Amino acid sequence: MDDFAIKVEGLGKKYLLQHQATGRRYTALRDVLTEKAKALFGGQKSATGNRKSVEEFWALKDVSFEIKPGEVMGIIGRNGAGKSTLLKLLSRITEPSTGEIRLRGRVASLLEVGTGFHPELTGRENIFLNGAVLGMHRAEIRSKFDEIVAFAEVEKFLDTPVKRYSSGMYVRLAFAVAAHLEPEILIVDEVLAVGDMEFQKKCLGKMEQVSGKGGRTVLFVSHNMDLISKLCSRAILLHAGEIETAGAVEQVTREYITNSGKLSNKFTAANETRALRWLTLDQDALIQGRLIIKIGYRFSSKVVNPTFGIVIYTEGGSPIFGSNTLYHPPTVRPVDGQEGEATVTFEVLPLWSGRYSISVWLSDGWSPIEHQESAVVFNFVSIHTPLNAPSPKYVGPVHLPANWTINK
Amino acid sequence: MNELVIKAGKAERHYWADLWRFRELFFFLSWRDILVRYKQTVIGVLWAVLKPLLTTMVFMVVFSKLAKMPTEGMPPAVFIYVAMLPWQFFSSALAEASNSLIANANMISKIYFPRLVIPASAVIVCFVDFLISTVILAGLLAWYHDWPSARVLWLPLFTALAFLASFGISLWLAALNVKYRDFRYIIPFIVQFGLFVSPVGFSSATVREKCGDLAGQLYALNPMVGVINAFRWALGSNAPFDPTALLLSVLVTLGLLFSGLKYFRATEKAFADII
Repeated sequence: MDDFAIKVEGLGKKYLLQHQATGRRYTALRDVLTEKAKALFGGQKSATGNRKSVEEFWALKDVSFEIKPGEVMGIIGRNGAGKSTLLKLLSRITEPSTGEIRLRGRVASLLEVGTGFHPELTGRENIFLNGAVLGMHRAEIRSKFDEIVAFAEVEKFLDTPVKRYSSGMYVRLAFAVAAHLEPEILIVDEVLAVGDMEFQKKCLGKMEQVSGKGGRTVLFVSHNMDLISKLCSRAILLHAGEIETAGAVEQVTREYITNSGKLSNKFTAANETRALRWLTLDQDALIQGRLIIKIGYRFSSKVVNPTFGIVIYTEGGSPIFGSNTLYHPPTVRPVDGQEGEATVTFEVLPLWSGRYSISVWLSDGWSPIEHQESAVVFNFVSIHTPLNAPSPKYVGPVHLPANWTINK
Repeated sequence: MNELVIKAGKAERHYWADLWRFRELFFFLSWRDILVRYKQTVIGVLWAVLKPLLTTMVFMVVFSKLAKMPTEGMPPAVFIYVAMLPWQFFSSALAEASNSLIANANMISKIYFPRLVIPASAVIVCFVDFLISTVILAGLLAWYHDWPSARVLWLPLFTALAFLASFGISLWLAALNVKYRDFRYIIPFIVQFGLFVSPVGFSSATVREKCGDLAGQLYALNPMVGVINAFRWALGSNAPFDPTALLLSVLVTLGLLFSGLKYFRATEKAFADII
């Protein structure tokens, strides 16, 4: 039998991008009126001229998948891959341009915690309001009220307007309401990244409980691969609005992590005159914990003393380490007027799991000639990072071998 | 199991059922807005009463004392206050509802629900203010010993007409405001202007006297003219009841309501994309 909770076929969402130099975000009536007037008096020219500056953009294109009841599906992809658009379509916030979605069962979507919260209202009032916004009935909220309050740990402040809450309390309350939702299909955007470590752990537990024992169908979007592989059984990888891979979660997350190969190919020079032609990252080496970067070059004009350099940055943009042909001179020097390949190898990549970027530059040994910021952005999974370990953002990105001994 | 199908261009199939399903949200939103309206104010709900009362006093001085406009045989205070009630409701509903979608932009871009709920609850909030200020009307009538006849029983019907007129125009303005932010500037203007175009400080009989019968009837194209005349008639005005004007106002109201609903429904699918 055709048994599914969510079935998506040929789904697409088109946006119209307006390329106008005005930089104004909203359509002003004035513009519409003047356009109409121009079209009336000036013939068709201005109208067609204006239409040209509108470009179609497919945020999602021909996406099809099926989710069985009780299945927990992860959706991953880079920023702009279409994850949020997919969630918006599934939760009926916007209408699809093509295709169809079939949903079996009551759907609740959590694209944000605390939607509809009003700062002037008290915690108690906001629980009811937010519950209603999320589609809970009054009786349902009332029956779970104590549980929600206990989960959020805000008993003392129930009758205080939430504008006087600390941001932590606010977020805890908001998540608590959402966590007690009991739909058949739950659509969740990265809402777990709230509160302190302690609370995050609690949220995670709740999520596991909901998806595992609750037997509910869950669609879960996150950037956190650890979370995705922990919670989901299957996953979909979106890239530029299309499904790139779908299948077992291990396979898809692995594809996503090593997929930086795609990104490294992304760096090819913008035009023929550039000396830095391309840059790639060796994926197999990366999985083994080594870093090998190849730089393609071609000198079309005279370069006195060609010098290459790379710098590794954290996601936040702080430099961690780097190397160049002055620090570590190669045996064969690049010759002017030629093309070739420069390779730099780090036998150990002393980093925790995370996302890093590489910039590359070329100089004449004295002043820079060319520079490419974030030529490659890659995800690195360190075999040393245990699940649930504190994020590298607390201890710094560098991993050094260390030993602990305990004397009793 | 009930299955929901979302298809391009077919979102409205469940619309009215959904509207019913989201009635609790409607209730909670109205409740929220009513609660929030007078929070952290010293005199609280008295504001609902004070606004029409003070405006009435000013109008009494200007129209009755200075301009000596006829008051259709009613005490001037009652004459003006009776008109001020539906007018205040109408104007505040317009102002609140037209801004309501933008004020709730966050919800619209994060949660699905029939968008109609938002302007509707904004109008309801103004309606509550209206109901509160009718208490003052009762007080005024008692003060002047001006007991209304059985005509007053028609009042709920006329109130419904005022409600529909406000709701219809609000739908138009709310939807237009999402796309064209110009309406943010147009609305205060409509409200200011409308106070003098509607027969709040004077009688619409005066308009007919001064400008002729045809103009008097065309005047009723303004839906508030029919509403205000009807309110005055129900509370004992001696001006003759004008069924043509009322009918015209009713027709305009219905026209605005249905076209407003249609326009709102046609544009609401895109609200989340453009808001």
